[in-house]
Amino acid sequence: MTLVGAGLALHASQVRALPSQVIRAPGARAEPEFLAACLRCGMCVCDCPYHILELATLGQDIATGTPYFVARSRPCEMCVDIPCVKACPSGALDPELTDINQARMGLAILSDHETCLNFLGLRCEVCYRACPLSDKAITLEPQQNPRSLHAMFIPTVHSDQCTGCGKCEHACVLETAAIRVLPRRLTKGELGGHYRPDLPERIPEIAQ
Amino acid sequence: MKQGIGAEAIRGKGWLAAHRWLLARRVMQFAVLALFLAGPWFGYWIVKGNLTYSLTLGVLPLADPYVLLQSLAAGHSPARNALIGAAVVLIAYFVLGGRSYCAWVCPVNVVTDAAHWLRARLGVPDGAGISRSTRYWILAMTLAVAAFTGSMAWELVNPVSMLNRGILFGIGVGWTVIVAVFLLDVFVAERAWCGRLCPVGAFYSAIAIFSPLRVVAVARERCNDCADCYAVCPEPLVIKPALKGAARGVGPVILSPLCTNCGRCIDVCSKHVFAFGARFSKGVAYEHVHRDSAGHTGGAGAVAARVGTAGCARSADAAWRQH
Repeated sequence: MTLVGAGLALHASQVRALPSQVIRAPGARAEPEFLAACLRCGMCVCDCPYHILELATLGQDIATGTPYFVARSRPCEMCVDIPCVKACPSGALDPELTDINQARMGLAILSDHETCLNFLGLRCEVCYRACPLSDKAITLEPQQNPRSLHAMFIPTVHSDQCTGCGKCEHACVLETAAIRVLPRRLTKGELGGHYRPDLPERIPEIAQ
Repeated sequence: MKQGIGAEAIRGKGWLAAHRWLLARRVMQFAVLALFLAGPWFGYWIVKGNLTYSLTLGVLPLADPYVLLQSLAAGHSPARNALIGAAVVLIAYFVLGGRSYCAWVCPVNVVTDAAHWLRARLGVPDGAGISRSTRYWILAMTLAVAAFTGSMAWELVNPVSMLNRGILFGIGVGWTVIVAVFLLDVFVAERAWCGRLCPVGAFYSAIAIFSPLRVVAVARERCNDCADCYAVCPEPLVIKPALKGAARGVGPVILSPLCTNCGRCIDVCSKHVFAFGARFSKGVAYEHVHRDSAGHTGGAGAVAARVGTAGCARSADAAWRQH
């Protein structure tokens, strides 16, 4: 019995590391917390009007029965009334999330500067146009193109706005997307506490 | 001459009456599934979700209290709807006899009943002696692992929730777990899963210790020791105290919380010994049972009505024999 329990515990710790392309529904708590809360009932799946969410099955590297979506196949449509969160009976999807723009399902990252058409000087910008928070979560930042007289317009993701819906990754015209949504823990850096990025602005204030 | 199990009941009562509760259970099991499937297949959303949590007609939440217990053990405080749903289910199965879930609702029951049938057909000899109390150790283990890992680890592999969810939402390679349960029951030990290992059944038995709805050996004096009831019973140990306890002053009610209230003993008994009744129906005399209608074993209400009825009617015995 102890052996069976140990095996189960090992399996449980393995599925805790979600594959990077797997995104949880809006409002999902952090993965360890989510796995303690989610009843695997599929209510969110039933109430997703675009049939984006699916329940994982045994054999996938996702906890059996838990809801997820893959942005490249079908991104979250960001319903304003968030029916999936409303449907969740357990609180695995946090009911405090009432504004879908505050969802943080993941974070988009323009991961490949070598194939992104805008980096090649073209004006693709499909990700920028697909973004539900265009000009907030993704902006186009002009840069000098060293190969020509023209400018490059670089799609730039802002982590304080991006919901991780995956529209950009879904829309990317490349064979394999150059922009993709990843779990925030894989994309976001963290500055050491001793760094003071606001210091230059504060120098006059400090000098006084 | 020894005949097939239940043959005497079929001859006495007719095939339909000798399979009454079995048929009722199958209808119930498939009706539950049909209610869940009406939504995703035909767009009639009477019930949403699955057996771990569902919402009926948008108002009635039902939650699996064992899954919720794992969630609590894992350190999560479930939201209101899940708690209400679990409370409703706890109360309902307390009243109906906890393991009524196993016999009447659980989808795995169909699988293990089929395995039991095949095991008998193949004449598989008694195999591994898995104790019937193993399930309680597994129940404890699943809760301990939930507490230790902080996640509902058992729900990663639980065949009971996996089969129901799999039918409704897609099963992946989860079918291998169901096949494993089937093979276990056919070749390893009789009723190995439902009768020895399953922690879901163990949990439901724990809430049924004082359940009012029970099978009662109302006419145990009529027992002719054919042993058909033991042969069909998924938990044969539960019958004997009630059936043979008269001399020792033990009441006729099957009190063991392991009884699944499947009613198969009622079906196969040619002597109309068993009936659904209340756990309080102690001291029901044989005479009272056959007082009102010859040969008819009624439901819970009928038995309850007979409790305490004075007088006897030996003459009913003759009528009953002819029935």
